[in-house]
Amino acid sequence: MSDVSVSLSKTDAAGRAPQAAEGLAGPADFIELLKPRVMSLVIFTALVGLVRAPGDMHPVLAFTALLCIAVGAGASGALNMWWDRDIDAIMTRTARRPIPTGRVSAEETLAFGLTLAAFSVVVLGLLVNELAGALLAFTIFFYVVIYSMWLKRSTPQNIVIGGAAGAFPPLVAWAAATGTVSLEPVLLFSIIFFWTPPHFWALALYRADDYARAGVPMLPVTAGPDETRRQILLYTLFLVPLAISPAVLGLAGIVYGVVATACGAVLLHLAVRVYRRREGAAAVSAAKAMFGFSILYLFLLFATLLGEALVTRVLPAVTGLGAA
Amino acid sequence: MTPLPPEKPAEDEEGVVLTPEQLRRRRARNIAIATVLGCLAILFYVVTIVKLGPNVLNRPL
Repeated sequence: MSDVSVSLSKTDAAGRAPQAAEGLAGPADFIELLKPRVMSLVIFTALVGLVRAPGDMHPVLAFTALLCIAVGAGASGALNMWWDRDIDAIMTRTARRPIPTGRVSAEETLAFGLTLAAFSVVVLGLLVNELAGALLAFTIFFYVVIYSMWLKRSTPQNIVIGGAAGAFPPLVAWAAATGTVSLEPVLLFSIIFFWTPPHFWALALYRADDYARAGVPMLPVTAGPDETRRQILLYTLFLVPLAISPAVLGLAGIVYGVVATACGAVLLHLAVRVYRRREGAAAVSAAKAMFGFSILYLFLLFATLLGEALVTRVLPAVTGLGAA
Repeated sequence: MTPLPPEKPAEDEEGVVLTPEQLRRRRARNIAIATVLGCLAILFYVVTIVKLGPNVLNRPL
């Protein structure tokens, strides 16, 4: 097991700072810096926040808010790649990123990330509202400074606290639509917040060597796989009823309640399987199944919330059927 | 007496010479930046109209 307290300099595995070939970066390389897959999840959860928020937001302003949140998330991704370029070069999962492969220089990435972060916050604050702009600024700060620079390499609770950064988008979107924050967006935030640890720990269970080599103190590296399995189960036991609570509290409909209960039962079953299967290929396959389904779980929860809002509020408004 | 530094070779005076691939990528980057700036200008224009609404025509001289 590696010593996770070892401080890492910004050099690659061979001790050299990654160098970009002058002027070789194309637009696709810069788009890759934005972490498009993470961005798509951010857009999706933010869209749910926007659509479910009360009041009538002009579609152009809604699009602007969504665009700013997406660009802010992309800026966070670029700044994270800039900061983590040394460990990205070591880890198999991240070694093909633009900086470790030398397609984009660290300086270009920093400038790109800072520019987009500033633009997204200022545009959201000026064109939509100040609260949304401030929340977006805090989200970027939280992800880059609190998570990437501070927590990620210093504590096994990195993903627990850092998970808040990924949970903010629906909250920012709600603030963009209403100018305030209420119970429902806080619940959406909480669902993503408590979903993040079991999701990432399931991945870390079968990528523990990668994290250990890079000196990232993920839970399986510092506390061992058995404790990680216990934590995955505990978080899942808390997450499942939390995800059902919007239906119980009357903030979501019966369809959401059924989907959250059924998917929660499957997730809990997979978490128990991860807890029980501790050796060999069966343990790896249980962790992979948990990781894979956790993505589908979150997607189904938010897709159902989106679907309910579209059917009960947006469609009647568009077609005029709800006016009677 | 200090000897004078040797004269620079002629190719140094020409500066950095980009390869065709570098030129192609630089052109692609320029087009991407221009597109983004154009879209941003359109977005600001449309949002201004949306926020001002009918007042956009209210400009007493």
